[in-house]
Amino acid sequence: MRKSKALLFEMSRSGRRGYSLPSCDVPEKPLEQILPKPLQRSEPLELPELSEVEIIRHYTELSTRNFGVDTGFYPLGSCTMKYNPKVNEDAAILPGFAYMHPCQPEETAQGALELIYNMEQGLKELTGMDRFTLQPAAGAHGELTGLMIIQAYHRHRGDHKRNKVLIPLSAHGTNPATVSMAGYDVVQIPCDDRGLVDLEALKAAVDETTSALMLTNPSTLGLFEEEIIAMARAVHEAGGLLYYDGANMNAIMGYTRPGDMGFDVVHINIHKTLATPHGGGGPGGGPVGVKERLAPFLPVPLVDKKGDGFSFNYDLPGSIGKVHSFYGNFGVVIKAYTYMRMMGAKGLKQASSDAVLNANYLMNLLKKTYYLPYDRICKHEFVLSARPEKKKGAGAGDIAKALLDRGFHPPTVYFPLIVEEALMIEPTDTETKETLDAFARTMEEIAKDIDEDAEKVAHGPYNTVVGRLDEVRAARSPILRWKKE
Amino acid sequence: MGGNHYLPLTDEDRREMLSVVGVNSVEDLFRDIPAEVRLEGELDLPPALAESEVLAHLSALSSKNKHFQNCVSFMGAGVYDHYIPSIIKHITGRSEFYTSYTPYQPEVSQGVLQAIFEYQTMICQLTGMDVANASMYDGGTAVAEGAIMGCGATRRSKVLISRSVSPFYREVIRNYFNSRGLTLEEIPLRDGCTDRDKLGKMLGDDVASVVLQQPNFFGMVENMSGIADMIHSHKAVFVVSADPLSLPLLQAPAEYGADIVVGEGQALGVPASFGGPLLGIMAARDRFVRQMPGRIAGETADSEGNRGFVLTLQTREQHIRREKAASNICSNEALVALAASVYLASLGPEGMREVAGQCLQKTAYARDKITALKNYDLSFPGINFKEFAVTVPGDPAELNKKLLGKNILGGVDLTPLYPELKNTMLFAVTEKRTRAEIDALVRELEGWK
Repeated sequence: MRKSKALLFEMSRSGRRGYSLPSCDVPEKPLEQILPKPLQRSEPLELPELSEVEIIRHYTELSTRNFGVDTGFYPLGSCTMKYNPKVNEDAAILPGFAYMHPCQPEETAQGALELIYNMEQGLKELTGMDRFTLQPAAGAHGELTGLMIIQAYHRHRGDHKRNKVLIPLSAHGTNPATVSMAGYDVVQIPCDDRGLVDLEALKAAVDETTSALMLTNPSTLGLFEEEIIAMARAVHEAGGLLYYDGANMNAIMGYTRPGDMGFDVVHINIHKTLATPHGGGGPGGGPVGVKERLAPFLPVPLVDKKGDGFSFNYDLPGSIGKVHSFYGNFGVVIKAYTYMRMMGAKGLKQASSDAVLNANYLMNLLKKTYYLPYDRICKHEFVLSARPEKKKGAGAGDIAKALLDRGFHPPTVYFPLIVEEALMIEPTDTETKETLDAFARTMEEIAKDIDEDAEKVAHGPYNTVVGRLDEVRAARSPILRWKKE
Repeated sequence: MGGNHYLPLTDEDRREMLSVVGVNSVEDLFRDIPAEVRLEGELDLPPALAESEVLAHLSALSSKNKHFQNCVSFMGAGVYDHYIPSIIKHITGRSEFYTSYTPYQPEVSQGVLQAIFEYQTMICQLTGMDVANASMYDGGTAVAEGAIMGCGATRRSKVLISRSVSPFYREVIRNYFNSRGLTLEEIPLRDGCTDRDKLGKMLGDDVASVVLQQPNFFGMVENMSGIADMIHSHKAVFVVSADPLSLPLLQAPAEYGADIVVGEGQALGVPASFGGPLLGIMAARDRFVRQMPGRIAGETADSEGNRGFVLTLQTREQHIRREKAASNICSNEALVALAASVYLASLGPEGMREVAGQCLQKTAYARDKITALKNYDLSFPGINFKEFAVTVPGDPAELNKKLLGKNILGGVDLTPLYPELKNTMLFAVTEKRTRAEIDALVRELEGWK
């Protein structure tokens, strides 16, 4: 049933309260005596006034207006929406983790430091890198940290002319945005007709101004860059470095490692590959690993083991400094660590194996009905093009809305940019064959619906709590906060 | 084996699926990985654990740590031991929220989108700003991005930042600026606050933004009167890092002329969690909205006129604008922002005033008691909100060790952060501290040296 939900502010009634505080047990002074009037707020504070039960019901209703992995299949390409194990959540809220202060003395934080140390060892082995920082709070934050490290490396060697970073056209939007943020210029590298990076174009583009190549492997098309060795050689011979965007790492655990492919710096999205929840947008985690020669430039502090104890190491003269106020999203790291310990080497490899099998299976089911521009073995995801459907009157975005009506979260749409009307599908390792079969049947039904009445599909969804929302209107006359009438 | 129960495919499933794909084995699906880079053998990782084993391992690690439940904490410096109402974890624990992605499909994401819209509104109500985003990673990165917004808006590249801004934040911003080729200059201290005369001399028409913190890193309430005029006379942007919990009592940044308000939101019902996840707050006047980084939720409607919410003004963002985006931020701290929203909604205007008031009163009480002791001196005269710096008669690390013996997490040692401040500690006193706890701290201090 369609309906809007009242805002907290519209439910507010003067005098209601949703809290209780103990009374102040120190002798109180008049406020003006501690805080002179001119320093006090003069505008009244307009927050909503609500009772606890109203707040609970408000957010409970909001939660029913939201779709998560626990609700159903969520094949959002490049986001790795796999199941988030519940034990991870229990581990992260243990009081001995959740209520620690970041400045408390090392000797009172040995368990936390040991966990950080263990996590670093695990990530090193998983990726084939030599040292890690857990400070970056997200994938894009990891990218920025990685480029800062690369920049520091070149500058340290007195090599100041390297002002360009190469990026394939299929890259995530965060890559070019990160390059600009680090003060570099972007050089786009085209793809060849197989969907892979055009090796000749790459070779032509590298020179003494190349700082790095940023690459996702497998790519956003879900294809493994088979010529990675030649690519790495070309970049390294020109004096550049290779950056690995780990967004698609869920495809290769236990099969290959960025460190072995020739990458110098990697980030791994632990909220994707290592099964920590996305939280409606965050918090995530984007640890960055480097090869030995780049380790001197990592953010401080690192965690070192000395005898049976663990300590922070701030003695890194070449360090870029810090990228987070403290040690990154420690609470998220706990969840990823718990997952790694539950899975072990065999389990992680099996996860990648099942993720790749699920993607290939679903791709084979769907290519009977939909156009698959790059028809070859894929890794963890694949990209369909709804160009034929668009010509009939309903494109990728409309197919997404039709899926909402049938209880599925849609794939990523209109990305990567190199595929017209893209539907980017990543089923992950935690889905059953029955779910994939049901999804494929549903996609076939939608294709039929488009043949019969594309106009109707183009105006969906019909079964959601609100109909298709007018995004143009939202951007044209922005209402970004509630205001009292 | 441990986590294999997260993988539902049976061997029979796998066989059937492989035959549909038209290959003989899973290995055939990995043949595109060149042999030279294929991993030989197995990853060298500790053996898989069962759920009960993993919890025992994690519990053992966590039990090695001191924390706010087995110690009384006087640590602050940006992360505080405030009381967290029970209601918060029950709401953030709803898995429809925490297992969802960024709300790209608004019709099935109204829960998160409306919660963000309400969060944005409450941040605006607190700060007096016109617009807020859905969150940044933490206070440090929010400060850096706020300063960079000023550069974008003025097309200038020099930023002045007070030394009374958190040294943790200044390290982050220095790094961001160094990488991007922007210039950062520090405004010196005077009596623990920003030196206004020096600020006046450093200001010029090449300055993009000026960053101050209120209350500052030493917990002091700075005199902001006239600052905005000084900054605006050079058409520079005034960026303030504010503690949201102070704003029910202190002047809202809008009242003293701030253009952009950033800050750390951990005080709003978020566990300290060894310093992360935290909550970066970002709010601004309307005219800066195009330079604002990150997600913003906006109101709209469907064709029947039902109100709904979507992510909007996305032409600022990386997935649309790529190298021309305002920032590279993608994932943020949405679930932490949800926790902060529940906190603000639960406390409301009265509760927020009461929490802030108790911080102020208890801090004043503790400060007066401690500085009445022989050899303990207030480092800087002035007004303190929930922290104060004290010169102690010896090495702070040694004092903290003694306090730990009484299960007290003492103050933050300021000497590594401000080498000119010898034997100086920063004590934080939140509404959660009782008179008995403060008195116990005072007794321990009195008995030392």
